[in-house]
Formats: sequence, structure tokens, C-alpha cells
Amino acid sequence: MGIFDNFFSRPPTRSTAAVAKERLQIVVIHERGGRHRSPDYLPALKKELLEVVRKYVHVDQSQIKVHLDRDGDCEVLELNITLPDEEQRVGAG
Amino acid sequence: MATVIVVTSGKGGVGKTTTSASFATGLAQRGYRTVVIDFDVGLRNLDLIMGCERRVVYDFINVINNEANLNQALIRDKRVENLYILPASQTRDKEALTKEGVERVLNELRQSFEYIVCDSPAGIERGALMALYFADEALVVTNPEVSSVRDSDRILGILASRSRRAEQGDIPVKEHLVLARYAPERAHRGDMLSVDDVLEILGISLLGVVPESPAVLQSSNAGVPVILEDGSDAGSAYSDLVDRFLGKSLPHRFVTVQKKGLLQRLFGGS
Repeated sequence: MGIFDNFFSRPPTRSTAAVAKERLQIVVIHERGGRHRSPDYLPALKKELLEVVRKYVHVDQSQIKVHLDRDGDCEVLELNITLPDEEQRVGAG
Repeated sequence: MATVIVVTSGKGGVGKTTTSASFATGLAQRGYRTVVIDFDVGLRNLDLIMGCERRVVYDFINVINNEANLNQALIRDKRVENLYILPASQTRDKEALTKEGVERVLNELRQSFEYIVCDSPAGIERGALMALYFADEALVVTNPEVSSVRDSDRILGILASRSRRAEQGDIPVKEHLVLARYAPERAHRGDMLSVDDVLEILGISLLGVVPESPAVLQSSNAGVPVILEDGSDAGSAYSDLVDRFLGKSLPHRFVTVQKKGLLQRLFGGS
């Protein structure tokens, strides 16, 4: 068993370049904080959006996801709300 | 209308001066009136790389302080027409670079030159900030190595926030990546960040890849910008880079591993 464990669970050897890239991505994103206006309004936006949505449909706090992404010069605000199946109709009526 | 281009990197020793010298020489070779300015006050080296160190009489700081006029300080290149060098002072420190002084000299240069290349010192101190402040475009020189990439990202942040264009809410400084000292075979083996890795992290457009090459040291020994070394790999990389900067669309070379032919394998060759 031990032999097989060793054999199968050995992590694939990662190149040092891949390690470098991952480390850089993390450190660079962290350091860019001040550079691209950090979306510090996101929590408030999320709360207010949730309040609006809740007027019509009952959704749980965890069912709403707000994500701000950057694609070149373009900022994309992604809003993802999972509606519950039954209550969807009740709420809309 | 003159274009001001800063050659910058944050980190030292990545190839800023080598790039400034070859880039300016390439622009002049193509017929554009070009001046290259050394902003590394106190540690000047552009004069050595350009091979005009014995012709320096007056310098950039003398002109800023009105101790000499531009015509006295500008050194005309003996090899390439249309090319001038404005050396840095070796005896002052970078505090001598005042924003007003630099602006005045640049405005005067704009009257007679089409391209003004500013060779930035390393770091993010006064010299580097002054070199990039008035820039319209930036060549960000990066090596495929963690500290260089991180520092380049930092410089990109400064270009986007502390240049004159940023302060005045003008069109942002146009940023170009120059990936220097690249070794395709090491990147292929996974021992070095690849071109794509660096592009993905920095998110700016690639102007050129300059391969790690013995020609760079050799030409610096002789005081000849490597772009003038016909047939050298680094020289042709810089030549392509200048053409691309001027709008030609050329495929990137020195990015993938080249299979050596039989003759090359037998006789070496760069």
C-alpha cells in the first residue's frame, strides 16, 4: 500500500518557472492594490443589491456574488444571483 | 511634433542603457532626428555605451543650470547621422534635476528633434521620476526573472499615476514591453519565465524580445551600440524592435527554440 501511495501521490514536478509565475501573480496583484482603484465599495454594493432583490425574491446572503474584473481597459462588474426554484414565482407574483 | 520616450525598468542592470543606445541609434538610422539623454546623474554610462566618453565637455545639468547651451552640450554621433547624445553630469547628484529645468531643456529639444529618448536610472527616486515625467511613450525593459518583473510592474504603476500625462488626465503614457536577456531554450525547459508568462503578468504589449547574447557585452566593450553589429542576434532584435515601434508589423523572433543546422552545430555561431 505504502509503495502504491508513494507512486501515485507523488506530485507532478513543477517547473521553477511555473512557481515563479504563481508567486509573481500573487505579489503583483497584492501590490497593485492602490494602482487600480480598489473596489472598496463592493461590500456596500452587494448589501444594497441584496436588499433590492429581496423585495421581490427571497434569496440568501450566500446566493449573491459580486465580482469586479478587469479586462484590458475595460472593467466588468459581474453579478451572479442564484434564485430559489419555488419561491421565484411567489416572489414575482 | 516630437515624441518623448522613456526607457525605464525600476530594477538596475536589466538593459536600460543598452536599449536606449540601440533604440535611439535605430531611430536615427531610419532618418529621424533623435537625441538620447542620460538621466543617471552621478552614475553616467550612456556615454561609454555610445562610445563618446572622451567627447563630453558640458552635460545635461550644465544646460539646466544655464552654464552651457544645448549646442555646447549635445554630442553628435560620428557613425550615424541625425543622432545626438546629451550626457549626464558625473559630479552632481540627482537633486540637480529640477522639473522646471528638465521641462525647459525638453521643450528646447522638441524644436529640433523628432524623437527624444530618456535613459532612466534604476530605482524610483528623483532621477527615474524625472526621466518618465514628461514621457509620451515608455519602453519598459524587463528580464524574465522575478525581481525584474515585479519592479517593472511597480514602474508601470508609477507611469500610470505620476507622469505628467497621468497628472493632467491626458491620454496615458503608451507602454511597451522590451523583454531582454531572454533564453528561449531555458524558458522551454521551464527554468525561466516565458514571454507569455511575463506578458500575462504585466499586461502590456510586447515591442520586442532581445535574446541573451555575448554580442551585448562585446559591443559595450567597444562603445558601439549593439544594433550596429550587423548579423548579431541582439542587434537584429533591436532592429526589429525599432521597426515595430515605427509601425511595421514584424513577427517576433528569438521567442522559440531554434533548431541548429548541421553547419551551425559544427562551427558554432550565435
